[in-house]
Amino acid sequence: MANDKSSPRVEGILVAILFIAIGVGYAIYGARSWFPELASRHGSGIDAMITFVLVATGLMFLIGHLVFGWLIWRAAARDRVTSRLAEPRAERRISITVGIVIALAAEGGVIAIGLPVFGEYYGDIPLDAVDIEVTGQQFAWNNHYPGADGVRGRTDVALITPTNPVGLDNNDPASADDIVAVNQLTVPVDRPVKITLRALDVIHSFYLPHHRVKQDAVPGMSIPVWFIPTREGRFEIPCAELCGLGHYRMKGFLNVVSQAEYEAWLDEQAGS
Amino acid sequence: MSEPQSFIRKCVFSLDHKVIGIQYIVTGFVMAIVGGLLSLLIRLQLGWPTTLWPILETLMPNAYQSGVMSPEFYLAAVTMHGTIMAFFFVSYVLVSGFGNYLVPLQVGAKDMAFPLLNMLSYWIGLLSAIVMILAFFVEGGAAAAGWTAYPPLSAIATAVPGSGLGQTVWLLSMALFIVSFTMTGMNVVATVFSMRAKGMSMMRMPLTVWSYFISAVMDLLAFPPLTAAAIMLLFDRHGGTAFFLPAGLSVGGQLIDVGGGSPLLWQHLFWFLGHPEVYVLILPALGITFDILPAFTRKPIFGYRISVWSLIIAGFLGLIVWGHHMFVSGMSPFTGEYFSLATLLITIPMAIVGVCMLGSLWGAQLKMATPGLFILGLISLFGTGGFGGLFLGNATADIQLHDTYFVVGHFHLMIGGVTVFGLFAAVYFWFPKMFGRMMNEPLGRVHFWASTIGYYLVFLTQHFVGLRGAPRRYYSFASYEYLEGIATSNMFISTVAFILGAAQLLFLFNFAWSAFKGKRAEANPWRATTLEWTVPSPPPHGNFAEEPVVHRWPYEYSPDGADEDFAGQEVDGSTVPVTA
Repeated sequence: MANDKSSPRVEGILVAILFIAIGVGYAIYGARSWFPELASRHGSGIDAMITFVLVATGLMFLIGHLVFGWLIWRAAARDRVTSRLAEPRAERRISITVGIVIALAAEGGVIAIGLPVFGEYYGDIPLDAVDIEVTGQQFAWNNHYPGADGVRGRTDVALITPTNPVGLDNNDPASADDIVAVNQLTVPVDRPVKITLRALDVIHSFYLPHHRVKQDAVPGMSIPVWFIPTREGRFEIPCAELCGLGHYRMKGFLNVVSQAEYEAWLDEQAGS
Repeated sequence: MSEPQSFIRKCVFSLDHKVIGIQYIVTGFVMAIVGGLLSLLIRLQLGWPTTLWPILETLMPNAYQSGVMSPEFYLAAVTMHGTIMAFFFVSYVLVSGFGNYLVPLQVGAKDMAFPLLNMLSYWIGLLSAIVMILAFFVEGGAAAAGWTAYPPLSAIATAVPGSGLGQTVWLLSMALFIVSFTMTGMNVVATVFSMRAKGMSMMRMPLTVWSYFISAVMDLLAFPPLTAAAIMLLFDRHGGTAFFLPAGLSVGGQLIDVGGGSPLLWQHLFWFLGHPEVYVLILPALGITFDILPAFTRKPIFGYRISVWSLIIAGFLGLIVWGHHMFVSGMSPFTGEYFSLATLLITIPMAIVGVCMLGSLWGAQLKMATPGLFILGLISLFGTGGFGGLFLGNATADIQLHDTYFVVGHFHLMIGGVTVFGLFAAVYFWFPKMFGRMMNEPLGRVHFWASTIGYYLVFLTQHFVGLRGAPRRYYSFASYEYLEGIATSNMFISTVAFILGAAQLLFLFNFAWSAFKGKRAEANPWRATTLEWTVPSPPPHGNFAEEPVVHRWPYEYSPDGADEDFAGQEVDGSTVPVTA
């Protein structure tokens, strides 16, 4: 057992360096902007929430690994135990304190930063919101606008055909001015947009990565979700809930345009 | 208890908890090879989506037509990888396997409370594993609706090819699995309550036993609902009921003529099992940590009592937070906020456990050996994975992160990392007891270094892919402009995944080779304190020649007045003073 003393020391230092390197390496790697470029009003609140948790956990991750590495380094260098038993009171005090500090950071973050934006996102939807019903199906997003009368016509799954993807009932007078667009969701910038999500076959999830919006579309349910787009442009809409073979290519587009362009688009659709 | 003499009764249809434990462990590792190969096929597709693989086409002509993986096979691989790894690898090796092997030995019992039930549990478990593998060979291929099997996708045969016979087989196998797993749970609870040796009070039980006990109680409370759910879904599929199917469904242009059910009901029933399942798997890994660590730090663990209470509280909270998997499911946001606040409360007991692990290194004298190294890796992964949980338990942050690669990375660090490092440590640590031989140390070291670095590079990197908004269960990201940047990350992750996979071959080789050719082990090679080390390696039938008497807690390392730097639980107070 003669060389038992030197070799654990070297190996212990290597192991300590491994964990310190993991802590420092990923803290550096993680410290940059990762999110898709923001394009909605409430999204800044969600970004603030994630950023708070990123910074808080990033610091704990870094400090934790430095302490861990240091403890291993020291412990590997010893040839006898220097501290056997802690006082039970000290054990309780130290561990509970750390637990409560981390829990306060986590719960405090949710309540102080998360709850206001959560309340806004799930709260009352402005009455002047652009109103669109989006029905997910394998593998497309069908967007149904009420048209000039502000009322969507009756739909029925039995009426669905390739040219009538939402099953609009043409005998209903409210249907006449309705607009149906597949995979192209056109909305005006800087105005609230209300999306009522439905699903025809299986569960889909309406995800706007740039707008920090995600909501499952569930068969049998109508689930409203709203946001205010703040940037014009063409954004991708991926499906975020496994929905079958074409899940990965169930892609729609959110076209955010100026109010004037939006009205022109509505007129053009109504005319056609 | 007389020892059976025939090979069949001794090694095949054995009632001995040690044989059953090893049977579970071997079965689990065989399943892990299948699940691991599936994950490499998934990584092959994600890392190099445009490359052709003629070799794979020769091996699996249906899955790789003209050398490209089909989306059907991709989804089946994702589903089966998750199911096999969570239920048939980690559950079998760590919980049923080591639980069976360790609990009776560590409480000083001759066997489990119900040996026949135990044998039945293994054979039903083996049957469920075989049925699950058979799903690959039925028409339409294996289940492809994800390991979560959300209906209507999993309920309607035409929704995805795997929702044909493959999904039926999957449901049958899961129902059998739960029957088998609950039997083990009952046995552990009964054994801990009624089979403890004299002097083994609850507060003298090793944390390993505590953690298996808490995990078994959770198993009994949380698993049966999924059996019910699986049977309900089978009725929906084949009996014309509509528990999970609402009216007005139309799949592939065809009306489905049922209605009145709710797809969210399945999600509640599934996650009522699914979330506790995480704790059922993680808690034993944490308990094992507290028993392996002191053998290599040569000092008592920090905070035994508070760790026991923390594990109990974490287990309780684990039963009432399932809804944090459903924040964006359409569930009421009020319920969501409750689930969020309750989930983040788990921070308190889990952080306490983490601090106790770090505290156990304070003033310690660290000995280097593979089991101890894996425990150090586990502590690091537990911290990192736990921090990831603070993002996903947060209902506001989860709006953006739900169902992205952040989730994939997170659960691979927790139920795919902490548990797997725990079971590796357990194998290296108790292998000498099981087979009477030591595992090879240099191979073990290489395995540790490759696994620790590999796990971080693969799964922590996936968190950042998720922060960029990459959804999970995607066959390809090629058509998404906003995800162009992740192609390099994916190639990097896949490359490391193959190195990580290769390192596991070293472990399997080490396991098989050491079982026959390893250095002979003494009764107590790690100089540890719990009762299993007082009996020969491997222990005889019936474990203890005479019933052991316990005089102290299991963490009597470096006590005053002892000749050696430890005193086993069986050493009485007249020779070495009793700490607890």
